[in-house]
Amino acid sequence: MSAKDFSQTIYGKSRRGRHGYHISSRPTEAPRDIPREYLREGRIGLPEVAELQVLRHYVDLSTKNHHVEKDLFPLGSCTMKYNPKVNEEVAAMPGFAGLHPEQSDDDAQGALAVMHALEQALVAVSGMDAVSAQPAAGAQGEMLGLLLARAYFADRKESRHKVLVPDTAHGTNPATASIVGFETKTFASGKDGRVDLDTLRAALDDDVAVLMLTVPNTLGLFEPHIGEIVDLVHQRGGLCYMDGANMNALMGQARPGDFGFDMMHFNLHKTFSTPHGGGGPGSGPVAVRAHLEPFLPTPRVVEKDGKYRLDYQRPKSVGALHSFFGNFGIYLRAYTYITRLGADGIRRASSTAILNANYLAKRVAPAYPVPYGERCMHEFVATGEPLKKHGVKTLDVAKRLLDFGFYAPTIYFPLVVPEALMVEPTETEGRETLDRFADAMLQIAREAAETPDVLLSAPTKTPVRRVDEASANRTPVITVPMD
Amino acid sequence: MPYTFHTDDDRRAMLDLLGLKSEDELVQVIPEKYRLRGLLPIERGRTEPEVLRMLSRLANRNAPSTQLTSFLGGGIYEHTVPSAVKNITSRPEFSTAYTPYQPEASQGTLQVIFEFQTHISRLTRLPVANASMYDGASALAEACLMAAKITKREVVLVPYALNPRYLRVVRSYVSGQKIELKTIPTTDSGDIDATALHRELNDRTAAVVVQTPNYFGVLERPWEFEKEVHAAGALVVASTDPVSLSLLRPPGEYGADIAVGECQPLGNEMSYGGPLVGFMACKQEFIRQMPGRLVSATKDVDGRDAFVLTLQTREQHIRREKATSNICTNQGLLATRATVYMSLLGEHGFTELGRICAERAHKLAGMIAALDGYSLRYRAPFFREFVVACPTDADSVVETARKHGMLAGIPLARYFGASARNLLLVTATDRHSDDDFKALCDALKRASLVKVG
Repeated sequence: MSAKDFSQTIYGKSRRGRHGYHISSRPTEAPRDIPREYLREGRIGLPEVAELQVLRHYVDLSTKNHHVEKDLFPLGSCTMKYNPKVNEEVAAMPGFAGLHPEQSDDDAQGALAVMHALEQALVAVSGMDAVSAQPAAGAQGEMLGLLLARAYFADRKESRHKVLVPDTAHGTNPATASIVGFETKTFASGKDGRVDLDTLRAALDDDVAVLMLTVPNTLGLFEPHIGEIVDLVHQRGGLCYMDGANMNALMGQARPGDFGFDMMHFNLHKTFSTPHGGGGPGSGPVAVRAHLEPFLPTPRVVEKDGKYRLDYQRPKSVGALHSFFGNFGIYLRAYTYITRLGADGIRRASSTAILNANYLAKRVAPAYPVPYGERCMHEFVATGEPLKKHGVKTLDVAKRLLDFGFYAPTIYFPLVVPEALMVEPTETEGRETLDRFADAMLQIAREAAETPDVLLSAPTKTPVRRVDEASANRTPVITVPMD
Repeated sequence: MPYTFHTDDDRRAMLDLLGLKSEDELVQVIPEKYRLRGLLPIERGRTEPEVLRMLSRLANRNAPSTQLTSFLGGGIYEHTVPSAVKNITSRPEFSTAYTPYQPEASQGTLQVIFEFQTHISRLTRLPVANASMYDGASALAEACLMAAKITKREVVLVPYALNPRYLRVVRSYVSGQKIELKTIPTTDSGDIDATALHRELNDRTAAVVVQTPNYFGVLERPWEFEKEVHAAGALVVASTDPVSLSLLRPPGEYGADIAVGECQPLGNEMSYGGPLVGFMACKQEFIRQMPGRLVSATKDVDGRDAFVLTLQTREQHIRREKATSNICTNQGLLATRATVYMSLLGEHGFTELGRICAERAHKLAGMIAALDGYSLRYRAPFFREFVVACPTDADSVVETARKHGMLAGIPLARYFGASARNLLLVTATDRHSDDDFKALCDALKRASLVKVG
């Protein structure tokens, strides 16, 4: 790619001597007190653009995104629900946004009260005994879970090396196991897409530290034998971790603590309506039973007689995963959502999410079968397999959906379903939207049979058409080259 | 219930299609013994005004540093945030999108990340930068893991003057990999003890971490030991403050293999320390070992410029247990804010920012050093943060200043034990006026009198 191709980037709009924003009202000088050997020579190479140009540039870019406020974002496992505006208003309150993390506990009583209240609310939703909100995302929550497990076994002078996951697990589960120094053992799901007790029994041994299980699983199915699964692991001395990515199906309906799990994480950016930000920030609080609480990261927020403080004195703690106290700004949004919905709204939200997913599964199933059954929880996994005879793949269906103004579902995951389309509508979509989406899916199936080229050449209505990923992988161009 | 559409008729029609009488039937896949009968022990829902009232009351129980005169730093800094920056990133087009798995409908996010990568690459003078990490601490931790993987070695040397909060996170991250952390002491000037470094370097050393400015604000001279580190077969991992790179020699020019840091100061709120946003940059040869997402420029089928996620085979959703990291969700929206901030300030404004910070900090340092009983702990050069030796406990200085509406700094005893009990870490930025400095000096004078009295 030649340099002139970057004319549409902010760098292409730069002109020497143009100023965007002045920090100072007077001219500045090169520093006199820092010796020259420490100083940078020459230009940094940042662009020079005017304020209105910057705004136009990024507003223009913004219009090239699909987003929740535009239309349905049915990305399975990501829970792309509406992100209420009031959450943002709370997070922007100067009393919260302007706090420096090195301020004293006395100066931060309101913030600590919110952290404490959020953790208590998550204790209630999970049915566990304690919560640390510190992990910055779900994957870091998983990491904390496995660090807790390692500390727990070390404390009991036990040495266990394996983490068990089903073949439907999120990629973060095995990746996390590796980082924490565990070996991953994957076992096959049963014919019904759920954990098969005999397979699990065969996979279990005294070297298994943790079973990581997503409930409901990534096929959107609840594990009917959840109690037996947890018991089997416990009988062999292992711990059970619940990947809570799919808590939107369970909140207010049932509690992981009651299933017998030892620990779990939440994704506040999924279940509790905080915005996904084009990739983050998320927040991945971890809930544990009492036997794991001594190992939680520090600081812990503790309350006594209505006064809050941060407690670092936990001798068995695994340490810290975040510079400070985790993604506090996300706690504010999630807590706002929880207080707005309340216990009644939370229960209603999950049952509506389940209703929406089942309705949509039923509507699209005539063209896209749902191999593991249409009775799902908050999401379902359909297959584009029947379209293959027309020379059309699931990828083509996904691209064609973009032409209808929708985002695509998660595709080719989980791996146990060929040509997978993983759809999660969430509770904040109405029947009209679901019907429009289902109609589009059915029309695409007809197109596949009648005019497959329409799918193969899709999308045509997006800001760019299909992009060349292969050449990017061969020779990635990561930055605008310097002049 | 807020935020849903369905009328009773909608629900009935949907249940009819499913052949069901009630929504309860849908949750019967959960065994009865686990199904909750009643509601969770959480209060019932409230209206928006009720929620706002409750949360503003809590916000008012805080005394945010932005409403006091604050000299706090330690990795989190208050700089001017232009209104245009806040405005752009509050757009739902950026905030309510997600990971750009479908590039055709995500060009906005992808191009922003590409520009973020470019900004970071130019600041650091390293050719590759990723789409962001959780914070400066986990970015450093990931850099240590990456260096150990690249060199297939197991010892990481970390300076005594490393941000202690980063050190805590690095410890947790490396604990699973049998990586050993060894501390390199600090000289009396506040920088890395090169003799001690020389002694510790050997064929087990995976990386030498250098933080500059270090936690004490002191600027390091990594160019003095870079060649020795590389000759020993180890990597140089630089942890740095992006704002300081407006003035200071970039890591790529002193031979750093990987550079990491915290982008909160680039237009993001302090927000009680989170969400933050880390960056990571590296040499071209390490691109395939890098954690996190990367965006590449490419073309679409019509030959138009386009952007796309690339080298995804490094990542957890493809490579699973063999991935370079488990990171999935990152800090996209904060990276977006940092991107717009750097674009808006640009070459001129960003240089101006660095110069003002340095000028302000040196002015304040001079004023404090002239006070009876106060001095600067280190003689080495600094950027916008420095350590003051107080005539009394730094804690009591902070307490006195707080009574006058000031946050004087971070008492180092908080992290470095009793031997640091009279040391105070003080920061000055573009936000401070001469009046602020005078007020702090008055408070410091008062605090030293408290001791005499």
